[in-house]
Amino acid sequence: MNRFSGALDRLGRAVLAGVEEMGKIILLFVSVLAWMFRPPFKLHNIFKQMEFVGVKSIFVVVLTGTFTGMVMALQGYHGFRMFSAESLVGGTVALGMTRELGPVLTSLMVTARAGSAMAAELGTMRVTEQIDALYVMAANPVKHLIVPRVIAGVLMVPLLTVVSDFTGILGGYFVGVHILGINSGIFIKNITRLVDLNDIYNGLVKAACFGLILSLIGCYKGFNTYGGAEGVGRATTEAVVLASIAILISDYFLTAIMF
Amino acid sequence: MIKLVDLHKSFGRQKVLDGLDLDIEDGKTTVIIGRSGGGKSVLLKHMIGLLRPERGQILIDGTDITKLNDQALNEIRKKFGMLFQEAALFDSMTVGENVAFPLREHTRMKEKEIRETVADRLRSVGLTGVEEKMPSELSGGMRKRVGLARAIAMRPQIVLFDEPTTGLDPVMAEAINRLIIDTQKNLNLTCVVISHDVRSIFEIGHRIAMLYEGKIIENGTPEELRASQNPVTLQFLAGSIEGPIRIM
Ligand SMILES: Nc1ncnc2c1ncn2[C@@H]1O[C@H](COP(=O)(O)OP(=O)(O)OP(=O)(O)O)[C@@H](O)[C@H]1O
Ligand SMILES: [Mg+2]
Repeated sequence: MNRFSGALDRLGRAVLAGVEEMGKIILLFVSVLAWMFRPPFKLHNIFKQMEFVGVKSIFVVVLTGTFTGMVMALQGYHGFRMFSAESLVGGTVALGMTRELGPVLTSLMVTARAGSAMAAELGTMRVTEQIDALYVMAANPVKHLIVPRVIAGVLMVPLLTVVSDFTGILGGYFVGVHILGINSGIFIKNITRLVDLNDIYNGLVKAACFGLILSLIGCYKGFNTYGGAEGVGRATTEAVVLASIAILISDYFLTAIMF
Repeated sequence: MIKLVDLHKSFGRQKVLDGLDLDIEDGKTTVIIGRSGGGKSVLLKHMIGLLRPERGQILIDGTDITKLNDQALNEIRKKFGMLFQEAALFDSMTVGENVAFPLREHTRMKEKEIRETVADRLRSVGLTGVEEKMPSELSGGMRKRVGLARAIAMRPQIVLFDEPTTGLDPVMAEAINRLIIDTQKNLNLTCVVISHDVRSIFEIGHRIAMLYEGKIIENGTPEELRASQNPVTLQFLAGSIEGPIRIM
């Protein structure tokens, strides 16, 4: 009985802590929105973050996109061959990439690369009192540090998703047509038949949401770091884990709403 | 004038400030001394609104900053400059950009003016031609000097120094002390300096305040402090392990 209530107690605490954290992240989002539209706009900072989140992630995104498309074609081919529907491979690769794997894999890669860096960078600034220094100079850290990162996340993850979708389909095409010998015309025709613009569009909306999630969580964890270098390490790990989970869970709900 | 009235601040169960009262006079240098971990940095952070007390008042020229919203607090903060214990330079920016930061943030100066002002502030802390360096390329002493240049960039009335000489060699420490004395005199600043270094204390302080167990137990001129019979002050100035200050 006692052990049972102890476990219940711990569970209750964990749930409360989770809800509290979510509330704080939402409050941060509100203040990001409030500061985003208040001039002066530091375009220089925004472009710097866009370069970091976007341009510097292209390579990993191309790599994951291509190989995901390739492996989907391979897997799809073996499945569809059982009822002689190999021609559907192109369509399924394209559908899978644009609706699901493009946005999710891209945002997970960006989380690992840029979300973690945001947490580490802001965390270091927190423990070395650089954030206090901003306050002292009457400069708001949300405006200076978090707004540019969130804007970069929301804008760049969809753009990277386009890259991922495209290279994924190319990878699928390469495997399907050149290795497995599917007719190239049929491969492409099935893509256009199965995928409509809405699939791509909805995938990009998802990507924007994921970009928001990963940048907001990265910044939140970094901004609230405590406890020296160890704290920075903890914040970084927590940011990646929490953002990845949040992306996968919100993916389900976004999919349920949109498709 | 900075007036602290009955300040209370705890972290968890640890009471750091316990009914602290302190007046800081305009145009003078007040040095705050006290044991490591005694709450000196915490006290300094209260003066500029980085921490809020549980109870008590912090009056800056008559305005109680504990009750202000962010915007009003920012107006007050423009009177201040602060040198952090580890300088707290923005390490993603060059030295020049660091010193220019408050100018870019709060003035409409042209680029050329900013460049001249930055060079001037750096010169006044004894540095030239370091604008393009990154903070990570500087030594500890240089970082503190850049931090000081940034703190005085906007010509504030009040400058807070958190251990400006700790961790520096004696020559560099002396140079920083000179710098504080000169800037204070030239700009007629109100300076609040935290220090452990007994030699510096008497060199730069017009007034010296001793923080002990969350209260200011002694506050006077250097001469008064030298003549003090308070056992805590005596022990601190002598650097003795015998006395009321417990070593854990
Ligand atoms: N943000 C914080 N959260 C929790 N505890 C804190 C925080 N800031 C300070 N403390 C605690 O308050 C006490 C006083 O810290 P403070 O940094 O003011 O000491 P100090 O007098 O400046 O020491 P030093 O001379 O070593 O810099 C310490 O015990 C510290 O652990
Ligand atoms: Mg300190």
